[in-house]
Formats: sequence, C-alpha cells, structure tokens
Amino acid sequence: MIILEAEGLAITFGGIRAIDQVSLAVDGGQVFSIIGPNGAGKTTLLNLFSGLYRPLDGRVRLAGEDVTGQAPDRLARRGLSRTFQNLQIFFRMTALENVMVGHHRLERTGILADLLHLPAVRRQNAKTRQAAHAALARLGLAAQADRVASALPYGALKRLEIARALASEPQVLLLDEPAAGCNPVETKELEGIIRAIARDGVTVVLVEHDMRLVMNVSDRIHVLANGRTLAEGGAAEVRTNPDVVAAYLGIHGTQEATRAVG
Amino acid sequence: MPAILTHRLAVLVALAAIAVLLPLAFPSAYYYRVAALVFVFALAALGLNLLMGFAGQVSLGHAGFLGIGAYAVAIGPTHLGLPSWASLIGGAALSGLVAFLVGRPILRLKGHYLAVATLGFGILVAIVLTNESGWTGGPDGMPVPSLRIFGWRASGSVPWYWISAATFLVGAALAINLIDSPTGRAIRAIHDSETAAGVLGVDVARKKLAIFVISAVYASIAGSYLALFNGLVTPDTAGFLRSIELAAMVVLGGMGSILGALVGAAILVVLPQVLTVLHDYETLVLGLILMGFMIFLRAGIVPSLAGVLGGART
Amino acid sequence: MAEFLQFLFSGLTVGAVYALVALGFTLVYNACDVVNFAQGEFVMLGGMTTVFLALAGVPLPLAALLAVVAAVAVGLMLYRLAIEPARGASAVTLIMITIGASVFLRGLAQTLFDKRFHSLPPWFGSEPIRVGGAAILPQSLVVLAGAAIIVVLLWQFIDRTLVGKAITATAANRLAARLVGINTRRIVALSFAVSAAIGAVAGILVTPITLTSYDAGTLLALKAFAAAMLGGMGSALGAVIGGVALGMLEAFSAGYLSSNYKDAIAFLVILAVLFAMPQGLLGRGKVDRV
Repeated sequence: MIILEAEGLAITFGGIRAIDQVSLAVDGGQVFSIIGPNGAGKTTLLNLFSGLYRPLDGRVRLAGEDVTGQAPDRLARRGLSRTFQNLQIFFRMTALENVMVGHHRLERTGILADLLHLPAVRRQNAKTRQAAHAALARLGLAAQADRVASALPYGALKRLEIARALASEPQVLLLDEPAAGCNPVETKELEGIIRAIARDGVTVVLVEHDMRLVMNVSDRIHVLANGRTLAEGGAAEVRTNPDVVAAYLGIHGTQEATRAVG
Repeated sequence: MPAILTHRLAVLVALAAIAVLLPLAFPSAYYYRVAALVFVFALAALGLNLLMGFAGQVSLGHAGFLGIGAYAVAIGPTHLGLPSWASLIGGAALSGLVAFLVGRPILRLKGHYLAVATLGFGILVAIVLTNESGWTGGPDGMPVPSLRIFGWRASGSVPWYWISAATFLVGAALAINLIDSPTGRAIRAIHDSETAAGVLGVDVARKKLAIFVISAVYASIAGSYLALFNGLVTPDTAGFLRSIELAAMVVLGGMGSILGALVGAAILVVLPQVLTVLHDYETLVLGLILMGFMIFLRAGIVPSLAGVLGGART
Repeated sequence: MAEFLQFLFSGLTVGAVYALVALGFTLVYNACDVVNFAQGEFVMLGGMTTVFLALAGVPLPLAALLAVVAAVAVGLMLYRLAIEPARGASAVTLIMITIGASVFLRGLAQTLFDKRFHSLPPWFGSEPIRVGGAAILPQSLVVLAGAAIIVVLLWQFIDRTLVGKAITATAANRLAARLVGINTRRIVALSFAVSAAIGAVAGILVTPITLTSYDAGTLLALKAFAAAMLGGMGSALGAVIGGVALGMLEAFSAGYLSSNYKDAIAFLVILAVLFAMPQGLLGRGKVDRV
C-alpha cells in the first residue's frame, strides 16, 4: 500500500527550479532513500513533504489523502514526522523534555486543564514521560534523559532528534542526513536503528550521503540531480546505473556502494 | 515523580511564606503600601514573563493591557454604573479579547518587527485613553471608586497588601501548573525552535496567541488593582515608559523565572522609594538597568544566581 | 485649495524630518543589523543642546555646531559601550538595548536640561510666505532645503568616495568586507556617527517650528521606524520616500480627519505595512533556510 506519494512536484526559488516534476511512491513499511549530489533538492523535497514549503505544482498524498500545502502541524497529526539536517533541537530543554514534546500530538489535555493541573494532566504527564523514556532507550540515550540538550555531543543530538520524532508514533518518518558528521561506529549503529524502526512498521524516507548506509538499509532508492529524478530502483540497479555513476557516485562511490553489499 | 512535585510546590510554599512573613517586618502602613505595589507589578511581570521568558516572544507595549484594566474599574462604576468587581472582570475579558484580536496578526511577526509592533500597540492604547476624555477624563485621568465586596470597602494599604499578595500567589500557581504540562512544554519548545515544534504537531500560532491572551489578562488584573488601590488612574499607566518598566522587570528578575518576576518587580518598585534622591533620575536609571542587564546579564538575577549556586531551576 | 497647500507643506516639512531620521536608522541597520531606537534622541539632543548652550551665552551658530558634535559623541559612545559588547545577540536583545539607551538619554536630558518645551529662533524670521492662499513658514523651506542637501551629500558620499563604498560593502556582507581588508568596526562606528549627525542637524533645523523637549525623541523614533519600514527596511531611498509619505499621511489625516489621532497614524502604518507588504515599498523579502 502506498503511504507517501509525490506527483509532479515542482517548486522554484527566485527563478531557479529547485524541484522539477518529481514523482515518487513509497510503500508502507519500506525504507525509501533519496540520494543525489549536493544541491540536488533532497532537503527541499523533504520540506515539501513535511509542509514547510508549498509546492508550485503537483500533489503530495499521505495514506491516500491529498495533503498538498497543508501546514506541518496538521501533517504531524496525520502521522508524519521528521528530523532536520541542521539540528532543530530544543537546546534549553533536557533530552527527556525534548522527546516529551515529540509526544505532543498524542497528548489530550486542553489549556484550561493545564492551567489548573487537573488529575488528567498529572496522568498525561506520567504517560508522556513514560513514552519519552521508552523512545530515549530505543536510541541508547536513556542515561542522558535529564541532561540539558545543549550539553550533549553532536552524535547524541542526532539520535535525540530521531527519538523525538519517534515519540509522535508516526506512520512515516523522514530522516534528513542522520549520519552527517557521524563516525563509522555511529553510522553502523544508525543502520541498526533504522532497521529496527522499519521492523516496527514505520515507513522510513531517508535522505543520506553515506552510500554504505544507504545500500545496506534501503528497499528502494530514488536518485535526484538538479531537482529532477535521475533514476529509481533497488540498490543494485541504482548502483550500476551509468547516469547515476556519472552524476553522483563516481568510481569511488560505486566502489563504496559495492563494498557495502559485497 | 515525587521530586518534581515537591519542587513545584516548593516554589509556591516559599512565595507564600514570603508573603505571610514579610509584614512582620513592617513598622508602618507605608511598607504595606510599597509591598502591595510590588505584588501588583509582580503579577503583571509574571504574565509578561510567560510571554517573553517562556514563549520567547516580546511585548514592549504590555502596559496597554495594564491601562485597559485600570480604566475598566474607573469607567465601569463611573459611567456604566457597574460594581467595581464586575468592572475588573469586564476589563480582564476586554483585555483578553483585544489581545486575541491584535495578537493573531501581530504574533506572525518576529524579532524587531514584533518588538516595534507591540510598542506601537501600547502607545496606541495610551493615545486613545488620552484623547477620549469624555470617557477617560483625558490627560489628567479620572478618579477610581473603591472596591466594594458585600458591603466591605477594600481601602488602605493593609487590605490591598493581602489582596495583591494572594492574587500573585494564585497567578504563580497557575503559571507553575502551566509550565509542567503539555501546553507548557509546547510553549517552551516554540521558544527554542518554532519549526521543530510545528513539525511535531504543535499549533504554534494558536499556542502563541493563548499565551499572549493569558499575559494580557494578568496585566489587566494588575492594572485594575493599581487603579483601585490608588483611587486614581491616568493615561501614563498605559504609557511607553510603563511598558519598558515591565519589560525591565522581566529582564532584571530573569526571563523564564517565576521568582524572577517578583524579584524584578521588587527592585524596580522599591529602589526609587528607598533612594528618594533617585526620584529625578528614575528614567535615567531605568534605561541604564535595561541596557546593563541586556548587555552583561541577559539571563537575569534569579537564573544567574541559581546557575552560580548550581541549584534547581525555578 | 489653500487648505490643501497648507497641509501639503506641513506634511512635507515634518516628512523631511522623518526622512532624515529614517535615513539614520537605515545607515545603522545596513551596517550592523541593529534597529537603533535611540535615533530619535539624536534629534532631541541636537535641538535641546543648542537651546541650552545658547542660553548659556554661546553664539547660536557655535552652539549648533557643538550640539552636532555632542550628538556624534553620544552616537559613538552608544556604539562602543552598548552595541559592540552585545555583538551577536538576538535582534530583540539589541533593540531592547537601544530602547534602554533611548530611555537613558531621555532621562539624561530631563536632568541635564529640564522638562519644558523650548524653541530656537527661526533662521529667516517668522513672517509666513503666502503661496496660493497658504501660509508657509520660511523655516519650513530651510528644513526642506537642509534635508535635500543632506540627502544629496550622503548619496554622493556613499556612491563616490572610497569610504562610502566600504560602507556599502559592509552592509552587503560583513565577513566578506573584513576579508578584503575593510575595518568593519570603524565603518559601523562611522555609520553611528553619521546617523547621529544627521539626526542632530534635523533637530536643529526643525526646532524653530515644532519646539523640542526632553521626551521628543521617543515618538519620533517610532514614526521614523514606521517610515523606514514603509519604504523598505534597508533601503536609503525607501527611507526618504517613506518619511515624506508618512509626513503627508499625518498632515492630511490630521487636517481632514482628526488631529487628536495624528500620532496614531504612524502605528497604523506600521501595522498595515507589516501585514500587507512586510518588505515595504522598495525592500526585498528574505528567505529562511532550514
């Protein structure tokens, strides 16, 4: 079943077509990767999916429903969540509180109840805290729960964003370069995390440069260059596609990609 | 979690203790008067702190709401024949409504645009209050009849001390409740990253508006108390300097600190009283304080002290 | 017709002052992204200092010169002591610092001078000139001429001198400017100095018409900000156009509608611009990258 779909998406920034007639379809439970050279429009595409940008043309469909141009918070409430390339962590809050905010769309108390701290609020706080602890544990951050986010190292913050996004119990999780700035050990751990997320039934859309990670974890890969689709297919297909090799992977990249699955 | 619960209540108990024990040190009614003013301004500063310190917005025109509340308890009894307590509630409702209407467009702005827009709003209110002399008595203001509840007349420093202290405690309790709740977390998140908050399902515009309205109501009630206590109201209550004073209280005491609102109010109310020689230099000192803190001690007094002592967050 | 001309001229006159103050705003904003709310105080200081120096016996032209020098000194101190140490702070922090400075200067004026209204003698007498039934003060023409001269001088300075080009470069990209050897701190200090001078001169020119007092700066700063926003934050030409437009709007609405709410016009303009076209008449929009 197709859970996320783009049809003829296009957007321009100051005269430049950042995304030009891009169409793709992501099946539920898949790990779907979007790769391409810098400036290809990968993050722009994610921003279009998550409602941060409004497309000039084309449609976005989430679980069959047309959600084109809807605001991020509405999409979040429909089960779409994401992480950011440039960390958007709540630096003044603790790791636990960051993830608790992630749970927001599932919280059920109104502002009046919150002001009066009714028993329902107490119960909600406890539930949210529990869910947040669980998400932190999944990402190996249980020990950091009460540390202020600004004190955490970069790698931990990248995982914190994922934990936070997971706390919203999404159907679809968009990951924007989660391995950026991570060392090989951290990247390997990330592989396991992504696989586990997919195993739990969450559809993952991954934007990434690390070819080893992409090849190891993806069910399907969509290659973007200059805002247009270059190729799409399984790992082996994409890896050996001459256009992709020329535009993006190069000889070295192909070797990396081959080594990943070899 | 018991630790957090005690923590939440600890602040309230401390504030209540201060309010109850403080009068033991008062040799005369004058002290009650000053302390009452401190609690009244602390209430307004608390509301503004929710907006600026927690939600990360800015309002440099908040005295406008102070003015609406103050004139409500003057106009209500004088021109509309309403009892003072009803006028107070009416004023708070009106402030909330104005905040709702003005806030929707204004809160879409950020940074210095938001600052100047709110500044403009505050001055606009002051201009209206000065010009509509038929209702408001013009630049010289108008007298305010005392508050009467079931025949008892609330007048004098001692009753007003208890009224304002109690109201501040209620305001603080509500604020503490709000912070430790889904709405509170959402608001703190908005402060750090509106983008991320939105993407996690927070209706950013609505939450900002809610806090703006709440802070306006706090200011309105404080303004009403000010007018009822003083027996007189002038357009200065809504003026530019008042708004800056309120912002300075928040900055001074510490943005995002409940105790800080009280500390900031205390300093800016007490200082000119204590150093009467300072009276002519009030404006000058206010400017210096605002500059000094924004340059060197942006976090404010309470969070800075808490940081130094390695203590708990308030 | 006479009425129309009357309003036109008073609108132009006050608009010229707004234009100059807005120009000062723009200079500083372009150089260091700071909205200097104390800009209005330079105008006040120009007028008040001249008045008090003259009262102390200093000959008027010298008093005016000294007043401008004093304003420039204040502007430089503002930069060095208040803005520079807070480099890198958020926009709100910076504007609150400048508001603090404006309040401080207002308080300073209150104590150094007094709380009364003051005037200066007009340059060419107070006999109004009759044009088409309207009565125009000669000082109005002085203000208009003075504003025009300042705008042209500034324009030539920015466009044709090396320092002017350095200012443009700093405004475009501070880091790049530093990398090509421009001392950006001196440039920013210069922008503060020039905007203070412009403000002070505006104050000296207009005091014979509008009088001055210790608290004249606040409202002026707000209105000049409205003008700068109307014209497009960051555009010098926009600042001038915005200033004149605002002055006209004020004069005509005060004349034909209600003079009580004249001061409210500026705020309504601010709000209207912010909601309808935030980039102003000549400004360019910004795109945030996530």
